[in-house]
Amino acid sequence: MANVALRNVNKRFGHVEAVRGLSLAINHGEFVVLLGPSGAGKTTTLRLITGLERPDAGSISINGRDVTGDPPGSRDIAFVFQQYSLYPHLTVYDNLAFPLRSPARRIPETVIRKRVEQTAELLQIASKLGNRATRLSGGEMQRVAIGRALVRDPAIYLMDEPLSSLDAKLRAELRLELKRIQVELGATILYVTHDQVEAMTMASRIGVIKGGELLQVGTPREIYENPGDRYVAGRLGTPQINFLPAGLIPEVAMPAGTETIGIRTEHLRIAKANGGAITGRVHRIERLGDQNHVYLEYRGQTLVTLADPHQPLEAGQDVELQLVNPLYFDAAGRRLMATVH
Amino acid sequence: MAQIRVEHLRKSFDRFTAVQDSNFTIESGSFFALLGPSGCGKTTTLRMIAGLELPTGGRILLDGEDVTFRRAAARDIAFVFQLFALYPHMDVEQNIGFPLKCQGMPRREVRERVGETARLLRIEHLLSGRTSKLSGGDRQRVALGRAMVRRPKAFLMDEPLGALDAEFRQLMCGELRELHDRIAATTIYVTHDQHEAMSMADHIAVMNTGRIEQIGSPQEIYDRPASMFVADFIGSPPMNFLRFESGLQAGDRAVRFRDTSVPVPEIHEERAAGPLVLGVRPEHVMFADGAPMRGRVFGAEYLGTTQIVTVDTEQGRIKARMSSRIPVQVGETLGLAFRSERLALFDAQTGLAIQTASYGGASHG
Repeated sequence: MANVALRNVNKRFGHVEAVRGLSLAINHGEFVVLLGPSGAGKTTTLRLITGLERPDAGSISINGRDVTGDPPGSRDIAFVFQQYSLYPHLTVYDNLAFPLRSPARRIPETVIRKRVEQTAELLQIASKLGNRATRLSGGEMQRVAIGRALVRDPAIYLMDEPLSSLDAKLRAELRLELKRIQVELGATILYVTHDQVEAMTMASRIGVIKGGELLQVGTPREIYENPGDRYVAGRLGTPQINFLPAGLIPEVAMPAGTETIGIRTEHLRIAKANGGAITGRVHRIERLGDQNHVYLEYRGQTLVTLADPHQPLEAGQDVELQLVNPLYFDAAGRRLMATVH
Repeated sequence: MAQIRVEHLRKSFDRFTAVQDSNFTIESGSFFALLGPSGCGKTTTLRMIAGLELPTGGRILLDGEDVTFRRAAARDIAFVFQLFALYPHMDVEQNIGFPLKCQGMPRREVRERVGETARLLRIEHLLSGRTSKLSGGDRQRVALGRAMVRRPKAFLMDEPLGALDAEFRQLMCGELRELHDRIAATTIYVTHDQHEAMSMADHIAVMNTGRIEQIGSPQEIYDRPASMFVADFIGSPPMNFLRFESGLQAGDRAVRFRDTSVPVPEIHEERAAGPLVLGVRPEHVMFADGAPMRGRVFGAEYLGTTQIVTVDTEQGRIKARMSSRIPVQVGETLGLAFRSERLALFDAQTGLAIQTASYGGASHG
């Protein structure tokens, strides 16, 4: 396992700048998730690291060695795709053994057997080794696909939305498994997704990417609690953070230049109305069982907050709003630090 | 808008029984969800109400009138398959007016009706626009407008948001419920997605292998699931099930769970010793230093406000949802306690809930 570093990497396809000035260091044993919408440059970044694409500018190094010009085969990388892409005519065992049987490697069959069995154990598919790949459930197939990367011991695993084709329950299960395996192996992983839950639950660090640019890199908690700009603030959190024009909030001291105030749903407190300046009206209550999402109207804006499902509240009711830890943003969406409280 | 009543509705295909014996009443203007996994009979139920499928037994009443064997077209019900499928070569006005044009309604009248529908949906400004330029929310409004324009007695929807990704679907749920509040149309909505059903419906019928397991408001179903199936199907992560053997006495306020005593809501049933299940929602699991139930943290998943902590115990894997402020280390051993007033008990053999003080009168289907 190793360190991977991208320095000022640019990649353009025709007139589309897919990746712009991207610098990112992935440390040994880290699980880094690139989070962004489709077209953000996530997959291009992975392809640049594998060598399937050449950067127009910048450099890529693995373990301190510059690999920018090296062919894909010499980079010591394992790739897991969104689709399982197993060999349908082979058994699970042979699918897992395949990457090790490459003539260039000359690994003895006894070593291969050991590695395949260990990997199957780790992925809890040991009992399926004799099965044809096509006779597996979706979750099992994706485990085998991940396993085919794990049998090798590459410098880095690159994963391109490997869980997105699975149903919600299985995805939740494999999220937890993948994180456990990564910790157990001490594997270095760069994982790309558009799913914020995958990013928050698995990443050591998240890189938020948009329009080919890396906007912020940090631990899930840093990104959630301390976003550097308005876009990043809106990227994590369900329901999404509330944004309010600064002018609508009287009597709150805020940094000069504040245009927008961001308030996380859990930081918007509601209480019985008693004639205070910030009074909203309950518009709609959405029940999720463990909690309610309460939609409020405040001066023509819709705000969302969380409430206990057993708290008596009804549509049409006036409530007092209290903002806890608001985030301030300037006209360009940049975060302004609160100097007064 | 109309009341829909279903009495002893059954449907068999050869030897396979798709719907066993459904009974429910949907009040006029109410939003009713049929929720269950694929193959549970929810779509068959909907198709029988629409008149696309004839029942093997039972009756369907629309505002008190028996429509069981009436043709679909004569039922005055709008079936909405896909909320986002519009005619791409027509503008918004033509899309909405199309069903009326097909009926041969005079153009002036069509215009009037379309205008009225558009006002209600607040899309008047879009009428002359192309459908390809519309946002997702507006497409949904136009598709709904096309169903509304005939002034049906009810809307039937079969997984209309199924094709959307999760975040957008949540947004559309909110939009759809707001539209419902404005037009107050009796709606039956079929879905396998618990979040859609919970967030939109006034009442939910949870179906499993052709049977309705429970009917209730979203909160009732969540707080007092009538069976283990319902408890497992609703909630994310689902309810934890802890198996044990014991007898029960009415009036007991604790159960003998293996070697410890676990407080529960007052029990209202007598039971001979047998296999039971303690049901614990993840948000009702707490860390407690001295607690007799110990476990090792398998994983902690950060979700912003909350985290989901997976703990391996002798009783199996338990998931807890708690504030992300609570520090947790993977691998550490800790004690677990439960919020006793919210626990559920089930008969492990039948899977049905055991009556306790917190249940009162939960209905079995």
